[in-house]
Amino acid sequence: MRRIEIRPGFYRDSVSLMQVSQRAGVGIDGALVAMATPLNVELAIQMGFVLPPTSPNDLIIAIDAPNQESLSHAFDVVEEVLEEQLRKSREQSLESGITPARTLGRTQGAGIALISVPGEFAFIDAVDALENDMNVMIFSDNVTVQDEILLKDIALSRDLLVMGPDCGTAIIGGVGLGFANVVSPGSVGIIAASGTGAQHLTTLLDHAGVGISHCIGLGGRDLSSAVAGRSAKQALALLEADEHTDLIVFVSKPAAAEVAESLQNVAHAMKKKVIFGLLGSTGSDITETAEKVLDEIGVTDRPWVNEVATAGSTGSTGGSLRALFAGGTLCDEAMLIASKRTRVPIFSNIPLEKEWLLDPFGPATSHAFIDFGDDAMTVGRAHPMIDSKLRIERLAKEVNDPSCGVILMDVVLGHGATSTPGEELSAAISESSKPIFISLIGTTLDPQNFERQKAILAQAGARVFLSNAYATHAALDALGVPR
Amino acid sequence: MNKLLSESLATATAGVSLLHDALLNQGVVTQAVGWSPPLGGKDLHDVMADQRRSVANKLALSKMLNSGAVLVDVKPASEALNLGRGEFLHAGPPIEWSRASGPMRGALIAAMLYEKMADSPEDAERILEKNGVALEPCHHRGAVGPMAGVVTPSMWMFELQDPSTGNKSWCSLNEGLGKVLRYGAYSPEVIERLDWMRDVLGPLLQIGVRAREEHIDVRAIISQMIQMGDEGHNRNRAGTLMFLRDLLPFMIEGGTSSDVARAARFVGGNDHFFLNLVMPACKLQTRAAENIPGSTIVTVMARNGTDFGIQTSGTGDEWFIGPAQTPHGLYLGNYTAADANPDIGDSAITETAGIGGFSMAAAPAIVRFIGGSVPDALATTRRMYEICEGENPTFGIPVLEFRGAPTGIDVTRVLRTGILPQINTGMAGKVAGTGQVGAGLVTPPMEAFTAAIAGLARRLA
Repeated sequence: MRRIEIRPGFYRDSVSLMQVSQRAGVGIDGALVAMATPLNVELAIQMGFVLPPTSPNDLIIAIDAPNQESLSHAFDVVEEVLEEQLRKSREQSLESGITPARTLGRTQGAGIALISVPGEFAFIDAVDALENDMNVMIFSDNVTVQDEILLKDIALSRDLLVMGPDCGTAIIGGVGLGFANVVSPGSVGIIAASGTGAQHLTTLLDHAGVGISHCIGLGGRDLSSAVAGRSAKQALALLEADEHTDLIVFVSKPAAAEVAESLQNVAHAMKKKVIFGLLGSTGSDITETAEKVLDEIGVTDRPWVNEVATAGSTGSTGGSLRALFAGGTLCDEAMLIASKRTRVPIFSNIPLEKEWLLDPFGPATSHAFIDFGDDAMTVGRAHPMIDSKLRIERLAKEVNDPSCGVILMDVVLGHGATSTPGEELSAAISESSKPIFISLIGTTLDPQNFERQKAILAQAGARVFLSNAYATHAALDALGVPR
Repeated sequence: MNKLLSESLATATAGVSLLHDALLNQGVVTQAVGWSPPLGGKDLHDVMADQRRSVANKLALSKMLNSGAVLVDVKPASEALNLGRGEFLHAGPPIEWSRASGPMRGALIAAMLYEKMADSPEDAERILEKNGVALEPCHHRGAVGPMAGVVTPSMWMFELQDPSTGNKSWCSLNEGLGKVLRYGAYSPEVIERLDWMRDVLGPLLQIGVRAREEHIDVRAIISQMIQMGDEGHNRNRAGTLMFLRDLLPFMIEGGTSSDVARAARFVGGNDHFFLNLVMPACKLQTRAAENIPGSTIVTVMARNGTDFGIQTSGTGDEWFIGPAQTPHGLYLGNYTAADANPDIGDSAITETAGIGGFSMAAAPAIVRFIGGSVPDALATTRRMYEICEGENPTFGIPVLEFRGAPTGIDVTRVLRTGILPQINTGMAGKVAGTGQVGAGLVTPPMEAFTAAIAGLARRLA
């Protein structure tokens, strides 16, 4: 039984609407509460709904339920959650304005606009914020490279910083922006062109008792030839001048060669030491980068060498490795390690080699690494760090797939991530007779309670590591892949 | 050096509420903005990317703030504007008889009778239908006209000058409320009043204005009236009386007592008399900001009863048009919403300059007259700050701690926020000859702003 309702001119951000869909969809056949973008319209049609003409500023409420009672109940839930969100946003925006620049003009201190509006509109708010002397972090993706360059040039001319677009993580003066872990204050300054890379490095250092001063995000494209490290160079200058920072660490996916070289030249001329941790076939993994930092400051503790919790199976059943990642850089890092050790193709939706491309929705036959946070997988749904549903479904499939021998996953804690990641995954994990290796990216101060998450995952039967590299190695060991 | 790493962080978030919640959970000073998708598509994007815009808009605002307006003379339109026989000015963007609304037609008929170019309303209509009169917007000559805004050669005009630029602006003398030409009435009493204004009131005002050693500073009176409960569009009572105070002694010295008495009674009894000085003063303010390449600040908002037109600083005298909306408000006598004509008049120049509807918070006494409440008035003014480049300290709003009037409507902000300028207005009856039927609130059509952003984008190439 299907019913669809269109509300013209009713705007709500996509994550909020996904929360509405999620809550309304409990116990029925399907619920889509979303803005009528071409993509969502397509989704509704796929769900079997017939739509009147709409514009992207209209809200679609499409419910598919087994009977009249559950149908009207779902609509009630939608109403309730929308109302609840509205109440909350009213309370929050009582004294605030409509544009970040105007709003922050009324506050004191170092201003930063955190922009997570749909990518096609992010430029508009970002340029306005810069013109009003605010720094900018653009969480949104889908900003054109020309716009990114223009924003960064404007920022440079005004002595401001643009983090992003597609910047998921930053920590400025102890404040986590976007997805960030609660780490101890210290004197290591981090510059990251990778969100989960930054999260992983900061949490590893925290486990070793080393705190950070700031973690400046750049966005995944800053080190490309086109953008040429515009924000990276500003970040280096900022940390060079920062009195709380003694040592600087750079973490990134592979950078354009000439950009990496020019950054290294800048770093050479600086007073503070800069450690480069660039992933890639010739670079170092994130754990190795963390170890270089510890070597530099004379810390010998390596708390990630052994798994931190296990109750699970260790035996190999043969078959291949299936990795289900929420963090893109973590997936990259694990693939680099697996590729080096196995010397066979590692199939993925974000493959190291073009020929190794995998359809992430289809079955796998050999080693397969899926990045559930990839743009193509988050269309119409929240990031896997917020919504585990898709990953849980895939996990259940792999558990029953005879060609799967070992499963590798990451669980990322911190601000912005789901509050109950372990709870959400535990049932599916406990169904598995195959070994499941998990890198638990978090600190003891994270809101999800690290110890509790660790215990839940271990009790369900997972083998839990602090280091993604170590977890990957352990998974390969379990398959009998030689070191 | 950027203070990002050295000072405590203040954040504002636009977009996903989850990220805002994460900041709140950390106890960070943060504000979530009420973001919604902007209008204007690629044109808005391209205009936002124009590096001239920010500087140009700041310049436009400072020119507005530095402008002045003094009353330099009172004289017939034939002299002031070189308006020749058979030439009429009107409010709003250009319009021809065939598309003109009832009140505009009524006012043109009254003008024909007043100028003795027709013997009867029917005769006047016949001539006007054949386009026997040259029609031109007041704004094309730097003038402004309330409601229908029809100006004919023998009507007397206030002549104001901006000392900062030397620009001049003109407006006719206010006829009062009820059955008057500007609301589209053309009965004999309307024409008789206009005759008296031409023969007695105009010359007396001229005597008074010319006899003063110092020009009357209209902008200074506006500044004071804002602090006395006037918002300068629908309430001009304090302004009118201050004007009369400044001019009356000089009129007495130069006129005959019975004429002066009638003139004083007429001016003092017409709460809107000073509107016709506020409007050209506002025109001088926005005109000071004209023709700044790259500026997205609105310099004109005007309506002819059919179309609503705007002009921006960066696009010169090009009009951007949308359909005039019908105001919402309260009605006189037995009139109802069905009797009201769509929005008409150049008086929205007051809002363009930051007063009128934009400074509603200054005029609690009239909010009920236009169908609102005091909290509405405060909220309206606060909302207008969101779409303006800045504030005008000369027009301080007492109840907002003398915060300056929201000034310099920015087309990009209107499109980004979806907030339309708020205009206070009188309502004319839609049938020619009716006169005023009420007063209320109205906004421009969004089409005018999407057209303006397209016009601004066209000039980027």
